Amino acid sequence: MTNQIVKMTVNGEKKEILAEPRELLIYVLREKLGLTGPHVGCETSHCGACTVEIDGKSVKSCTMFAVQAEGAEITTIEGLGTPDKLHVLQENFKEHHGLQCGYCTPGMITRAHRLLQENPNPTEEEVRFGIAGNICRCTGYQNIVKSILSAAAELNAAKEAAQ
Amino acid sequence: MITSAFEYHRPSDLAGALSVLEEHGDDARVIAGGHSLIPMMKLRMADVPHLIDLQDIADLKGITITGGIVTIGAMTTQHELINNDALAAAAPIIHEASLQIADPQVRYMGTIGGNVANGDPGNDMPGLMQCLDASFTLVGPDGTRSVKARDFYEAAYMTEREDGEILTHISFTAVEAGFAYEKQKRKIGDYATAACAVLITKEGDKISSASVAMTNLSDVPVLSEAAGAALFGTSCDAAAMKAAVAAALEDIDPTEDNRGPVEFKMHVAGIIISRAIARAWSRA
Repeated sequence: MTNQIVKMTVNGEKKEILAEPRELLIYVLREKLGLTGPHVGCETSHCGACTVEIDGKSVKSCTMFAVQAEGAEITTIEGLGTPDKLHVLQENFKEHHGLQCGYCTPGMITRAHRLLQENPNPTEEEVRFGIAGNICRCTGYQNIVKSILSAAAELNAAKEAAQ
Repeated sequence: MITSAFEYHRPSDLAGALSVLEEHGDDARVIAGGHSLIPMMKLRMADVPHLIDLQDIADLKGITITGGIVTIGAMTTQHELINNDALAAAAPIIHEASLQIADPQVRYMGTIGGNVANGDPGNDMPGLMQCLDASFTLVGPDGTRSVKARDFYEAAYMTEREDGEILTHISFTAVEAGFAYEKQKRKIGDYATAACAVLITKEGDKISSASVAMTNLSDVPVLSEAAGAALFGTSCDAAAMKAAVAAALEDIDPTEDNRGPVEFKMHVAGIIISRAIARAWSRA
């Protein structure tokens, strides 16, 4: 089948790529745009390692064709922070040992970012429910939850200070 | 896993989608949220030479509540169902059930239309729609028709919908009732081992109507009229509860799979059904 031009905005930059309709978004992000932050874990929409944000939704990019994202705004972990200037969530994951092997972390943080947009002051239970689509096999989740709650508190404090 | 190659269509209106369906017949299929269809395509259990993406069709979106009638566009996502306050007030059972579907990421994409139209016995909305006595609007080359959720499901993945038709809306009359959607699953994201939707209305301290429907306990969703009849006129006492659960279990036909043998499923179903009835009664 013929390749198609797909236009999308990724981490604030307009991108045009050529893709076959059957190409999954995760592979286009990783292999055509060089964004290797989102990971391929299970590739069956269970683990959440491939989570990216698309038009204000947390999406498992292994379960979406790139052509479906035509016209969409996408944010990956690369769009949240840089090694020199970590995002508050990244800082807190580092601080609270929210990762061990790190494989689930980009998906986990991208998901947590969306969760805090929708619910800036979540309870522990809401955090656990909110990240239920992301699987971590190292941490037991305890420190991930701690990291997200701490990031939320920090973001809220910064917001208050700014007012 | 890579799906078979396909041609991608993204019509901007329903007429456009219907004409692609008509042109390609069996070779075409619509995609809503894609979280059932894409996995099936990856496993090559679904071969779809022409994929019709419905995301740009504005007519298929949105929730309206007028004069007690709730109408939900097929492309409304579970995330939208959960976050719609008017819907949560008019039909809190949808809110409760939607929160138990899959996980957050899947709920941003998964739609009510896909969930009811797919005909997967594991989907939660079909049983819920039977409990609510909802109707599905189907639009095809011969026009528009409405089919009751209670008449829609024929067998696993087999429904009343014709190949050339698109399910565009679901609608039902909102009734103030005690409600519960109870679901047992092995883990977040799994389909139900057993699930049950219950609506109960009462007059004085007696049940004046009861609707009991079950998910993933047969190859189709099951509305148990006998369970409703067993509850009718009672105060949901222990004897009535026992009779209703027994009646509901008579109406299902679970099969053994990786969620357990039949005996186990009947046991889980009995507990889930009684919890759903008790919770709906406590809210009636």
